[in-house]
Amino acid sequence: MAVTAIALIRLRNLFAVAMLSGIFSLTAALLYVVLDAVDVAFTEAAVGAGIATVLVLATLALTGSEEKVHKGKGLMPFALVAVTGAALVYGTFDMPRYGDPNAPANRHVAPRYIEQSGKEVGPPNIVTSVLASYRGYDTLGETTVIFTAAAGVLAIIGRARRRKKADDKGKEAGDGT
Amino acid sequence: MERNAVFRVVSKILIPPILLFALYVQFHGDFGPGGGFQAGVIFGSAFILYAILYGVDTVRRVIPAWVTRLGLAVGVLLFAGTGIVGMMLGGNYLNYSVLAKDPLAGQHWGIFAVELGVGITVASAMVTIFMTFAGRER
Repeated sequence: MAVTAIALIRLRNLFAVAMLSGIFSLTAALLYVVLDAVDVAFTEAAVGAGIATVLVLATLALTGSEEKVHKGKGLMPFALVAVTGAALVYGTFDMPRYGDPNAPANRHVAPRYIEQSGKEVGPPNIVTSVLASYRGYDTLGETTVIFTAAAGVLAIIGRARRRKKADDKGKEAGDGT
Repeated sequence: MERNAVFRVVSKILIPPILLFALYVQFHGDFGPGGGFQAGVIFGSAFILYAILYGVDTVRRVIPAWVTRLGLAVGVLLFAGTGIVGMMLGGNYLNYSVLAKDPLAGQHWGIFAVELGVGITVASAMVTIFMTFAGRER
């Protein structure tokens, strides 16, 4: 993943970048499978590697495929990234070890989900019970976000297109007379 | 890409299994990995594949713009509506246990409806976004 990330930064051809970001997502999906998070891996593979790549390619078809090279001193951004990265790494020191049964995440509601969801909700796949039933509000919010995203795209790009069509029709009508 | 025989044949073979797999992921989400979100993405991607190969207008003949726009809203409303039905039957919002006599059956139906809503919205959103992008002239 690190190699892919570095290649992503170095490359200037945006087609190659789009492909590499797909590969990056696929590697991330493999990582999730290793971590036993199959549902997340599934989503990552379908959205990150699949749809996102296609959308980026569709956008590239509208714009150019070469990145403009910006020349300038990257000291300030570099310092910003380094500080943020250091802060994040410092934050991980306080995190419990991976798989620690006493970690807060494993002590709070997780035991109830694991022990009771079969009796309370039913489906053998606990992820489904949590997403759709225990955390129904969150999932409703996510669905609304997706709805809003599509509505936003329609409002911004879809409308411009329709207006252009209307203009063309108007012109044709104008030419006809 | 319309002229390329390999792409045409392979896509014709692939698209039905993709749609079928999406339905499998949708309705089998209770038992295996997957659910409405993933199923919606897969279902949408079948149409996107078709659009890449045959053009946006061909796909628009299969699913007109109003279908995907309607789907966007119907999915969210199905989700929110399930919650409201639960409220009318005396439970909390989005509590599915009251949907049937047996709480487990109620949960089952609730999750089924909710996941279907998510799937419809996600599939419609993916198709809509791609169509809007790809349908633009340069």
